[in-house]
Amino acid sequence: MTGIAPTLPTAGGPSRAARWRRKNLTVDKVSFAAVFLGVPLLVYVVLVLSPFVQAVGYSLTSWSGFDASTPFVGLANYVKAFTDDDFVQAVQNSVTLVLVLPIAIIAAALALASLVTIGGSSSGPVRGVKGGEFYRVLLFFPYIIPAIAVGIMWNQIYDPSNGLLNGILTAVGLNGFASYPWLGDARTAMIATMFVMFWASVGFYVVIFVAAIKALPAEIFEAARLDGAGRFRIATRITVPMLRANIRTSLIYTGIFSLDAFVFMSALNAGGGPQNSTLVISQELFKTAFTKGQFGYACAMGVVLAAITLLFAGVVFLVDRLTGGREDLTEE
Amino acid sequence: MASETAAPVVLTRARRKTTVPAGERITGGVSQAVLIVCAAVVVLPFLWTFMSSFKTSKQVLQSPFTLPDTLHFENYVNAWTQAGIGTFFVNTLIVVGGALVLTMVMGSMCAYFLARFRFIGNRAIYLLMVAGLTFPIFLAIVPLFFILKGLGLLGTLPGLAITYSAFALPFTVFFMVPFFRALPASVTEAAAIDGAGEWRTFFSIMVPMARPAISTLAILNFVGLWNQFLLPVALNPDQSKYVLTQGMAAFAGTAGYSIDFGALFAAVVMTILPVLIVYLVFQRALSGSVVIGADK
Repeated sequence: MTGIAPTLPTAGGPSRAARWRRKNLTVDKVSFAAVFLGVPLLVYVVLVLSPFVQAVGYSLTSWSGFDASTPFVGLANYVKAFTDDDFVQAVQNSVTLVLVLPIAIIAAALALASLVTIGGSSSGPVRGVKGGEFYRVLLFFPYIIPAIAVGIMWNQIYDPSNGLLNGILTAVGLNGFASYPWLGDARTAMIATMFVMFWASVGFYVVIFVAAIKALPAEIFEAARLDGAGRFRIATRITVPMLRANIRTSLIYTGIFSLDAFVFMSALNAGGGPQNSTLVISQELFKTAFTKGQFGYACAMGVVLAAITLLFAGVVFLVDRLTGGREDLTEE
Repeated sequence: MASETAAPVVLTRARRKTTVPAGERITGGVSQAVLIVCAAVVVLPFLWTFMSSFKTSKQVLQSPFTLPDTLHFENYVNAWTQAGIGTFFVNTLIVVGGALVLTMVMGSMCAYFLARFRFIGNRAIYLLMVAGLTFPIFLAIVPLFFILKGLGLLGTLPGLAITYSAFALPFTVFFMVPFFRALPASVTEAAAIDGAGEWRTFFSIMVPMARPAISTLAILNFVGLWNQFLLPVALNPDQSKYVLTQGMAAFAGTAGYSIDFGALFAAVVMTILPVLIVYLVFQRALSGSVVIGADK
């Protein structure tokens, strides 16, 4: 028995996994470990992990990338970033995105998921509206097509004179919009951009929430209904609290999505939009690195972006903790 | 029997009629209306793009609603040849195909090892991998550019494929580890008793057992890799090696009104079509796999 590689499980959770003993090492096992763990780990460390670590180091230098010299400049890049009007504008726009979009996406996704799963007729068993499955499949679709295609498509839809949107608006009599530049006017460029990002991603969260709601025991909804709760009440008092963990994770993912936004901006307003109204950190970083060649400075911008991401995640967890308390119905 | 089942039905109906007034029908109608509007907002842009892809530039500039006089298939030909979509398409197939194989092989091997073998540092490696899911890729992009340059992989299709798969690893490992952990231990023990080595156990027992997870992750990864944008834009500067997404951006960005709009719409349709087909064919499996992700 001792000669056999994976020892029998002892007790507890991960005990199923085999324990490796030095005396048991054979060619089979060593080669196995080297390839199965070693190769993926090597690729991951070299191409994913090390760039992140290096970026923090580079952010403290005035490296231009063309020679090996990386003059140490301390925090000068950070000071420069926060006195640079364009970058400050970009940070403001990114923060606006991360404050508005995640909440809008999650709220709409929850509402739609509730309609699809429990919004149906209140006679008979709890169910979604008619054709709920069809809507779920349809709404997911924008999420899977390349974001650049979504952006280009919407750029055409927003076109002042030949676009679908103004075509529809003038067709219903709103002639004021006959050639309104949605993406070319600083007042609407950001909102129009946000809508495209919303359009592209809301379906994914509908699917996630539909799955999560369907995983909840049906008796809960039946009981609530017997107690006289309407559909809206069921959604706000039962569904939302019970999906707390899903909502938290989804908020963080939509936050990361909002702070990136690079693809959408590239397609809708590659230059930062009217009066830089849609300029975001990722665009400014890309331009600083790959057109200006200021790599050290660009890395500092990356660190700022990462810091905002972490801050956002921290806020989500904090709010979750503060509002959750003992009322938290999830298992976590 | 019949009367027994019929009675409660009548009863419920009667009760609903009294306790739920006419508001019921209104709420139902509003719910349907909301979903129909949402569906229209999703579908109309696609239909409009599809229709516009058959118009000439002149017709596109006339009005958003004029129907194409004839189906101008030459838009597709122009996009494919003159705008280079054909080359980009082939490049994308090579990069995404290579990256998908690499990701699935490395991801399932790594996840299997982390899930089923105990060793010092197992947990640490797992967390390190999963952490990669949350870092903004923009932080890594500058050093990554120089790492690839140093390795001689910058601007090459194999280099792009391996980079794609490196960044898809965290996601793949994250979802595969719980799956391999859930497979019964008795199977590996039986294999070991029968004299199968670790390699054999993995390839002839574990992989077939994990096929549902592997195939759903392959679909999700395909969509993700196909849509990849930042990595090629930053790391693949040579126009002859462009992938579709970056080629599309370049095409759309060339020049405002001198652009061939019909061809642009056709290019968008051709970029969407492969993922649309994959989605419709594997739709059921795909939604199922999102459910796995929703648990965490």
